[in-house]
Amino acid sequence: MSSYSNTARLTEARRVAIFGGTHGNEMSGVTLVNLWMKNSDEIQRKGVEAKPFITNPKAVEKCTRYVDTDLNRAFTPENLSAPGGDELPYEVQRAQEINKVFGPKGSPEAYDVIFDLHNTTSNMGCTLILESSKDHFNLQMMNYIKKAIAPASCLVLLNEHPLLKYSTSRSVAKHPVGLEVGPQPQGVLRSNIFEAMRVILKHALDFIELFNEGMEFPSCSVEVFRVSERIDYPRDANGNIIAMVHPNLQDCDWEPLNPGDPMFQTFDGKTIHYQGSGTVYPTFINEAAYYEKQQAFVTTRRETLVASAIGKA
Amino acid sequence: MGQMEVDEVMCLPRLPRVAVCGGTHGNELSGVYLVREMLKVEKKVVEEEEEPVLVMIVLSNPRATQQCHRYVDTDLNRCFTHATLNGPMSDTDPYEIVRSQELNTLLGPKGSRQAVDLVCDLHNTTANMGMCLITYSDCDWICLHIFRHLQKEIPDIPMRFIHFDVSNKESYSLDSVGKHGFAMEIGPQPHGVVRSNIYTAMKDGVQHMLDWVRLFNSGTMFKGGFVDVFTMVKHIDYPRDSVTHNITAAIHPHLQDRDFCLLHPEDPLFQTFSGETLRYKGKEPLYPFFINECAYYEKGIALSLARKRRVMVPSIRVETEQEQQANDHEYSSEEEN
Repeated sequence: MSSYSNTARLTEARRVAIFGGTHGNEMSGVTLVNLWMKNSDEIQRKGVEAKPFITNPKAVEKCTRYVDTDLNRAFTPENLSAPGGDELPYEVQRAQEINKVFGPKGSPEAYDVIFDLHNTTSNMGCTLILESSKDHFNLQMMNYIKKAIAPASCLVLLNEHPLLKYSTSRSVAKHPVGLEVGPQPQGVLRSNIFEAMRVILKHALDFIELFNEGMEFPSCSVEVFRVSERIDYPRDANGNIIAMVHPNLQDCDWEPLNPGDPMFQTFDGKTIHYQGSGTVYPTFINEAAYYEKQQAFVTTRRETLVASAIGKA
Repeated sequence: MGQMEVDEVMCLPRLPRVAVCGGTHGNELSGVYLVREMLKVEKKVVEEEEEPVLVMIVLSNPRATQQCHRYVDTDLNRCFTHATLNGPMSDTDPYEIVRSQELNTLLGPKGSRQAVDLVCDLHNTTANMGMCLITYSDCDWICLHIFRHLQKEIPDIPMRFIHFDVSNKESYSLDSVGKHGFAMEIGPQPHGVVRSNIYTAMKDGVQHMLDWVRLFNSGTMFKGGFVDVFTMVKHIDYPRDSVTHNITAAIHPHLQDRDFCLLHPEDPLFQTFSGETLRYKGKEPLYPFFINECAYYEKGIALSLARKRRVMVPSIRVETEQEQQANDHEYSSEEEN
C-alpha cells in the first residue's frame, strides 16, 4: 500500500558499532560490550559488521562516569578539531580517536549506525534516544523494536532541542541510537536491566539484517517524547540544593505532570509545585549524574512522528 | 553478666554527649544532606531541658563529600581500628587516615572516658535493606533499646538489627569510637542520589533516636522485650574470571532485592551472562543482606549472610547519681587492670 507515499531508498547499514562504557559506571553496557568482545556470536548478523567497543576505558577501569570531562558531551566541532594532543583532557583525546575510527562525523566514511549503551538511576524503563525527527531509518528501527518487545514497553525520547541537545559519542555515526535503561544505581549490575538491554539490541540488529536483505518497511507512526525544558533543583544563594524530588514525582518518569502538581519537597517538608502552563511528561527524574549539570528532570511533550516507508537502495 | 530476672531493671550511665555523623562515605547523600540541614538549624543546649543532651553534628569526610565519591584515598569507615588510630603519622598518609585521627580526637579517643557516649553514623546502601542499625555488639542495651524505640515510632519501614561479631580490638568503623555506637543504614538508594522517602526516614530515625536519649537521661524506664538480631556469618563474592578478575555473573533475579528473605541451600544466587543459574551451596539456611551493594564489588562481596536469633533485652533506666558514683569507682579500678 505505498500509493500515497514514496519509499525512501536508503543505503544498506553495513557498518554498525555498539558502544559501552561511554560512562564508566553504567554497568549494563560495559558488561555487554566486554562479553561481545570476547565472543561476538550473539551480535553476528548476515550482511552486518557489528563492532563492540569500549569508548572510555580509563573511566571503566575506575568505575567512574568520566576522568576529566563527560565523554558524552565531548563530540563538539571545537573538540574534534582541537590541537594539543596529549595535553587535551583525556575524554577530548578519546573523542578525537573515536571520531577517526567511527567517523569522521558528517562524512560519507562514517559508520552507518552506532548504538550507545547507557543506564540511569531514573525509573525510565527501556528508552531509545533519537537525535533527529527526520531520521526515518532510526524511526523505523525504533518502531520495529517497540513492536517486537510488546507488551513490554520501550519509549522514544527525541532530543532535538537547539539548546539542550548535546554532542554525544554516537553522533559520529549517520544514524545515532541511544539506549538508556533504568533504574540502576551507578556501579551496580542488575540482571533484569542487563537482560532488557540485551533484548533491545537483539531486535535492533534483527531489523538491520532484515533491511539489508531487502525488506521494505511501510510508513508508520511513532509516538515520541520531545525534550522541552530542563528543570533544576531549587538552590540557595551558594548553589546548594535546598529541596528533593517530591515523593509524588519520584519514579514517575513518563507520567503526566500537571500545573499545580507537587514537584519538589524541601528538607523541612514543604511542597514546591510545578508552575508550567500545561501538562508535560517528565523524565530523567533524579538522575545521579545530573546534579552537577543542574538538572532534576527534563520535561517532554508527546508527539506522533510519521516515518516514511523505507527500503534499501 | 548474671542471669537476669525478667522484670529486673538494669541501670546504665547517662548519655550526655551524642554525635550524629554524615558523609562518612561522600556519595551516601541522605546523611550528607541531613547533617547539612542540622548544622543550619543547630540548636544550642536548651536551658529549660531537664537533662540536656549535647548533640555534635559532624560531616565526617568533607573532601569525599565535595567530590561526591565514597572516599578520596581509602575507605574512611575502615580506618578506626586502634592500630590505625594510634599509628605513626606521616606527611604522605592517605587523606582518610589523617581524617580518622582528627575524628578520634574530636569524638574519642576511642576506648577512653572522654569518648562521646553515643555515635550515630549515617549511611545509605544500594541494597534493598530498609532501615538497619548495625553494631558490633548483641548486648549493648542502649543500642537495642534505641532500635526497639525506632521500630515502635516508625512502624511503616522494615527495620532490622545487624550485629558484626568483631572484638573491640578489631572494630574498624566510625561508630566504634563512642562508648556506644551504631551505623544507621538505609536503602535502597543509588549513591549520588537523594530520594525524599529515604531522606525522610533517616531524618525521622535520627529525631526519634535523640528523643529516646533525652527520655532516657530524664529517668524514663524502658521496658525490655525481644529483639531479632541478625549476626553476620560470612560473605559471598561474585564468580570472577580468573585472568581479568571481572565478574562473570550478576545477582540472580530471584535474589535481587530480597534482603532478609531466608536463603535455603540450592536457592538461586547468581545468573551467569550465558544464562546459567548458580545456586547457594551452603548447608545452613541463612539471611542475605547487602545484596548487590555497589561499594562492595571492589571488596569482593556480592552479598552477606546472617543467622537470626532472638535476644532478650532487659528493662533499663538511667543510673541515679548515687549509683553513678558507685560505678565510677568500679570503672577506674577496672581501667587500671
